[in-house]
Amino acid sequence: MKHSPPKFFLRFFRWYCHPKLVDFIEGDLLEEYQERVRESGKRKADRKFIMEVLLLFRPGIIRPIKGYKNVNITDMYLSYFKLAWRVLLNHKGYSFINVSGLALGMTVALLIGLWIYDELSFNKYHKNYEDIAHVWGGRTNPETMNIEGLYALQYPVAEVLRNNFPQYFTHVSMAWWIGDYVLSTEDKKFNKIGLIVEEGFLDMLSLNMLKGSYQSLNDPHSVVLSASTAETIFGDEDPINQTLRINNRVEVKVTGVYEDIPHNSSFSEIQVFFPWPVLATFRGGMEGSETDWDNQFVNVYVQLQPNASMEAANAAIHDLYAKNVPADFYATMEKYQPFVQLIPMRTWHLYSEFENGKPAGGRITYVWLFSIVGVFVLLLACINFINLSTARSEKRAREVGVRKTMGSLKGQLITQFLSESFMTVLLAFALAVLLLVVLQTPFNALADKDIALPFDKLVFWGIALAFMLMTGFMAGLYPAFYLSSFQPVKVLKGVLRIGRFAALPRKVLVVVQFTVSVVLILGTLIVYQQIQHARHRPIGYDRQSLITVELSDPNYQGEEEVIRTELFNTGVVSAVATSDGPLTAIWNITGGYSWEGKDPNVEASFVTCNVTPDFGKTVGWEIVAGRDFSRDFATDTTDAIIINEAAVKYMGLEDPIGQKLTDVDEFGRPKWTKTIIGVVKDIIMASPYEPVGQTIYYFNDYASGLLHIKINPEVSASVALPIIEATLEKIVPSALFDYTFVDEEYGRKFSQEVRIGTLSGIFAMLAIFISCLGLFGLASFVAEQRTKEIGIRKVVGASVFNLWKLLSKDFVWLVLIACGMAIPIAYYFLSGWLQQYEYRTDISWWLWGITCLAALFITLLTVSYQTLKAASINPVQSLRSE
Amino acid sequence: MKKYHLGEFEEIVILTIGVLYNEAYGVSIKKEIESRLSRSVSMGALHTALVRLENKGYVRSFEGESTEERMGRPRKYFQITAFGKQAMAYTKETRDALWQSIPKIVFDPKGTV
Repeated sequence: MKHSPPKFFLRFFRWYCHPKLVDFIEGDLLEEYQERVRESGKRKADRKFIMEVLLLFRPGIIRPIKGYKNVNITDMYLSYFKLAWRVLLNHKGYSFINVSGLALGMTVALLIGLWIYDELSFNKYHKNYEDIAHVWGGRTNPETMNIEGLYALQYPVAEVLRNNFPQYFTHVSMAWWIGDYVLSTEDKKFNKIGLIVEEGFLDMLSLNMLKGSYQSLNDPHSVVLSASTAETIFGDEDPINQTLRINNRVEVKVTGVYEDIPHNSSFSEIQVFFPWPVLATFRGGMEGSETDWDNQFVNVYVQLQPNASMEAANAAIHDLYAKNVPADFYATMEKYQPFVQLIPMRTWHLYSEFENGKPAGGRITYVWLFSIVGVFVLLLACINFINLSTARSEKRAREVGVRKTMGSLKGQLITQFLSESFMTVLLAFALAVLLLVVLQTPFNALADKDIALPFDKLVFWGIALAFMLMTGFMAGLYPAFYLSSFQPVKVLKGVLRIGRFAALPRKVLVVVQFTVSVVLILGTLIVYQQIQHARHRPIGYDRQSLITVELSDPNYQGEEEVIRTELFNTGVVSAVATSDGPLTAIWNITGGYSWEGKDPNVEASFVTCNVTPDFGKTVGWEIVAGRDFSRDFATDTTDAIIINEAAVKYMGLEDPIGQKLTDVDEFGRPKWTKTIIGVVKDIIMASPYEPVGQTIYYFNDYASGLLHIKINPEVSASVALPIIEATLEKIVPSALFDYTFVDEEYGRKFSQEVRIGTLSGIFAMLAIFISCLGLFGLASFVAEQRTKEIGIRKVVGASVFNLWKLLSKDFVWLVLIACGMAIPIAYYFLSGWLQQYEYRTDISWWLWGITCLAALFITLLTVSYQTLKAASINPVQSLRSE
Repeated sequence: MKKYHLGEFEEIVILTIGVLYNEAYGVSIKKEIESRLSRSVSMGALHTALVRLENKGYVRSFEGESTEERMGRPRKYFQITAFGKQAMAYTKETRDALWQSIPKIVFDPKGTV
């Protein structure tokens, strides 16, 4: 008779023992146990058995915690991928839709990702990124109690910061404004963008000096060039110690060359740095600046001490004016509560706009906007994948049934379907990388960037891997769980009637897709409408064939009269004028005027512009009251001003003509008085989205700085320009003929919006394309599924049109629901976007209508191909098919 | 360099497998060791050593017949592989070499030579 060992310990042994070993060891244990029972009785044998079981409980015998699979895992995965590949090849149409849709979505997401990375890494080229700040002077507007301010500061501010706060700042450096300069050698002239800076500036920006050092600008007659500038000017020659003339006014020596600053820096456009003393030669009236607390005109940059915090420094310098401005002068400023604050480098680019004295917004809006768009476009592509996989599930239900009957576990099926999804994602990613390479250049042009492909960066591949895993899971998870949960009995019997609501998730996803697409389309249309709206805004002058030449060369001084007559004599020019401000920007704003009936609390500041009497004729402004300047009136030379309509409104004048305007100094003493002789239509000089500022045009025969030339309408610009150039060259040989077409310059004001419009247009198009791809796949699936039904309907007499209507109806409903949902969403976001523009278009209702109609039309077009194909099949064929 | 590694108990086990030749399975090995070396061996120690030897590739196993006593559980027979033989030879050689190198005087401190 056989004895059995203690049950509990036997069970315990079976529980912990490695499955591979359990049978053999148990056999050994039992064999030994039986022998022991024979030899020394059951009790002793039991005790021994328990001892053995306990002694067997040791590593090497215990089963692994993770569970033990007795299959070769790599083989299984290879099989999964082989299967996935076969499934892909078997359904070429679906695979194409899936892969191309996903690839498009990924390309968009990748491009947007690169763009965002570029935006976020802006200025990080500079090693002291965290410590650099731009000093901003703020003041409270006593009328509105709003805090306003500028980067332009009084000259002594820098001195005070340097002397009084050495514990906070390692560098305090003034800089002028980035501007155009003509650099000339003996025989050549170059127009370059430059910045005049104080000592220490190069050090602060941590420029990479290829030649020379950070001290290279200490000599007042030195200049530091970017590498590319040095090459264009000197070619292969060593630029060091070469002589250059700047604007034909001052002679300098090249003392350093720095590596070009990359495009994603606030200083990227700068090609030349000049030492600070150069400023005095370009700009008169620098004498006494050191103590002038009235004039705000320089930039001040600081670099913090490594251990100083931005907040502490900010708090310390906040009331710099109250402490340092002489008391009698501070009395005139006090009502504005002036202060200074540091604007850290990291906010310059993304938060360039100010709201009540705090950096508030700017490009960060677009960073957010595009992140959202990127995620959504990718989502659309994933939805396609999900929809097509689940829709085709009925076809694969049998496969799942057979697999489960053969012993496949749910987990294994999930792995199989996920590996199919990863296969698709992998293919799509390869395609997306290819597309990225192709699209890099056009995208950079479109986005005005210089983004390099990051294929050499490990981080990129890391992110790409994470991104693929995420997309693979997002796209594959739902089908994987859905398909693997089929019950084999039902599926194999063929009773997979999935019920009325089985298609519901699919429908919801289609609605989501079309909602996103319609919102994007609406967004694009509104952006374009806004641009058009602003473009069609009357600009107040005639910008056709009007060119502007900047008279930066000192030799132009006093030659204006000659230039005017000479140009006129060539016959290719119909009018010439000079002014001290351009047509497309505001250069001068002056305050301190008074007139009859002025509210004494209003701080009267005006945009001002000195013009020669022919200015009106040259630019073609429209006089709405009074008359233009004229040399026929002797009094005009000293007495006449013309104001714009905005100024009339601002001043509150009933009958402006003949009214007097007085300029007063800061203590209220009148300086001069002039008479308004005419009113012109508002000329848009600054942003076309903002109201035009109140402007005064002074009659000034000696106005200088900019030359405006109206080309004779009968002569083409290509003929006229060389003649104009030759004429100017003859009069002032030293100057570089550098002109801009005013209409082009004006068009540049829209570049930001046009860029956003184009980008969102492309994204919208891609979104609708991806959605349609999915719809196309779904429609073909539905048509296939209902082949029999269609056949029977045809036999009983349904027409092709009837069937088309029947099949298309479902999709049309979905798109209509999507449109219904998209409208409030789009309205919410777009009205928010439009709020930032003073001069904005209305969101018109017909636009909604047109968009919805267009969406419907596209849907029908996509679906009809499949439905018509299905509807026109001969029922004999469709009913026979099995 | 540890080219071959055999622990003390592993060495005993593999030698015993060799002794038993075609009859080496858990219980027989255990009994053989216990009788020859007169020390008690636990199942746990033995099977751990067997798993190790197999993982190192010194022995291979195959499923054998089962008996009534084992309640249908098969026996697992062990055989020394060629690699295992090399390991054993190596171990023996190193031991021998060490034996040779021991000066005679160690065993004969009285100096009878």
